[in-house]
Amino acid sequence: MSSLVTIRQLTKTYHRGPEKIQVLRGIDLDISRGDFVAVMGPSGSGKTTLLNLIGGLDAPGGGEVEVDGQRIDQLKDGQLANWRNGHVGFVFQFYNLMPTLTAQKNVELPLLLTKLRSSQRKRNVEVTLQLVGLADRKSHRPNELSGGQQQRVAIARAIVSDPTLLICDEPTGDLDRHSAEEILDLLQILNREHGKTIIMVTHDPKAAEYANRTLHLDKGELMAHLDKGEKVDAPVASY
Amino acid sequence: MKYLTLIWAALLRSKTRTVLTLMSVLAAFLLFGLLDSVRVAFNSGGSETNTNRLVVSSKLSITQMLPYSLLSRIESTPGVQETVYAAWFGGIYQDQKNFFPNFSVGPGYLDMYPEYVIDPAQVKAWNADRTGAIVGESLANKFGWKIGDTIPLQATIFPQRDGSNNWPLVLRGTFRLEDSKRKGEENQLIFHWKHFDEANLYVNGQVGWYIVKLDSMEQATGVAQAIDALSQNSSHETKTQTEQAFNQSFAKQFADVGLIVTGIMSAVFFTLLLLTGNTMAQTVRERIPELAVLKTLGFTNRAVLVLVLAESVLLILLGGVLGMLIANMIIPAFSSASGGIVALSSIPTQTWALGLALMTGIGLITGASPAMRAKRLNIVDALAGR
Repeated sequence: MSSLVTIRQLTKTYHRGPEKIQVLRGIDLDISRGDFVAVMGPSGSGKTTLLNLIGGLDAPGGGEVEVDGQRIDQLKDGQLANWRNGHVGFVFQFYNLMPTLTAQKNVELPLLLTKLRSSQRKRNVEVTLQLVGLADRKSHRPNELSGGQQQRVAIARAIVSDPTLLICDEPTGDLDRHSAEEILDLLQILNREHGKTIIMVTHDPKAAEYANRTLHLDKGELMAHLDKGEKVDAPVASY
Repeated sequence: MKYLTLIWAALLRSKTRTVLTLMSVLAAFLLFGLLDSVRVAFNSGGSETNTNRLVVSSKLSITQMLPYSLLSRIESTPGVQETVYAAWFGGIYQDQKNFFPNFSVGPGYLDMYPEYVIDPAQVKAWNADRTGAIVGESLANKFGWKIGDTIPLQATIFPQRDGSNNWPLVLRGTFRLEDSKRKGEENQLIFHWKHFDEANLYVNGQVGWYIVKLDSMEQATGVAQAIDALSQNSSHETKTQTEQAFNQSFAKQFADVGLIVTGIMSAVFFTLLLLTGNTMAQTVRERIPELAVLKTLGFTNRAVLVLVLAESVLLILLGGVLGMLIANMIIPAFSSASGGIVALSSIPTQTWALGLALMTGIGLITGASPAMRAKRLNIVDALAGR
């Protein structure tokens, strides 16, 4: 499989008052097209920061981030926004849906930035809601949906513009076991049947089992790279 | 247009707050619609009139009277076709609140105003009755007066020679105006100057102003100068001006409406700025995670800025237009209640234009600070709730 995400010597430092906190320390990583990668690690290990940098939500302190042949660390704010709209779908732990919009309108949001006509946008939204099993809930507002259903709407919003990459930050962190399994099944279908490349941060080893491989981060460094069924035994420098 | 749903949804996020803010904006622009319409009406001298008439009044003040003897000299001024005169009476009917313009006029006054439509038989009857009066149809309808009724006008300035303030006048005719913009002029009462001159206690042989009809309006400047030259260096120097300019001066006797309106509206809009500014700031503060999600999805900083500004402008426009539409409905009753001082059937175009400009301006000002905050929002910090 060809590499979709290529990261070289990626660093990120946050400043909290006079204190400097180095969150990522020279990460090297390759993620293939069509891969499903879980990122695990203790709190503060830099998982979400890594995800934010791959998704173009934050700028690195140093190093390179290349996604689908595009050096996104070199893009300016406006270019990065356009790039995100076309290439990445985001799924958050707390869904982050617009409370006053229906499921249909929430899913349509990324398409507002495209040149699609209203009728085409509506059709794409309906197909996507059907894919996540919520066609009959399209007129419901978030507060009229269960947590699992809200996360399905969020996934529909993430994939409606057919992005290259799906970035999920603890997508099951706020769900009960049953709903979590449904969401993970859905992500697996999107990966296996629709070829979506997925990077998912999780604390849950059971959730990580749905991925093809798991990366372990600790104190800003990649500690291990495990294929399905393997266990952590030694830190490695590059993957 | 495709973003309208998004802007609308933002406004509906807190319905109570939006409705309360809308009500404040509505009240402010309702007041603005009424007051600015009054200002425009006063400044335009009641209405646009396209006639070849000039008005000659005292240079010192239009409350200062002029000698009747000036009539023949004005009439003989080259370019003058016809001259009539009038004098303010200032009487009241039954109660002070029933104010309407009333004045005595000289012969030929109605000929000077052909736009006042009246039955010639009624004019004849009026001319034959020394104590006769003519009123506009609106005024007659307002008080239910019929031809032949006696109108007991009460003097406030000019008592009768016997000291009485009673001026009983007999209604001999009613006139109307076809031009809806000038309907306010139907709230006038006129009676014979000769009766006024002979019966009042204080003044004799004096008029309030002369109305001069010209052969051609192109001669206006020259004729006005010639008329004013007649009384130059006398105790009764005159100021000759167009009818419209005279009407404006007349209106300004009551008050500098422009200054009053500006003063009141400045205070109202300043309060509105603080109120809606605070509302918008609060709205954006509560929606920071949502705005961060929009940026995550690919909305640029500029797009988010425009969305917040559009939301602010839409909020003010909604309340403002509603307020002015209500003012537009109230204006006819307001105009009628003013006894002809404010002659308006609807909000003038220039008030609408100024109102819409103010709405947009206030929307942009109140939205500017929250919009800049939304623009500068850091996605990672906002999503993390920092």
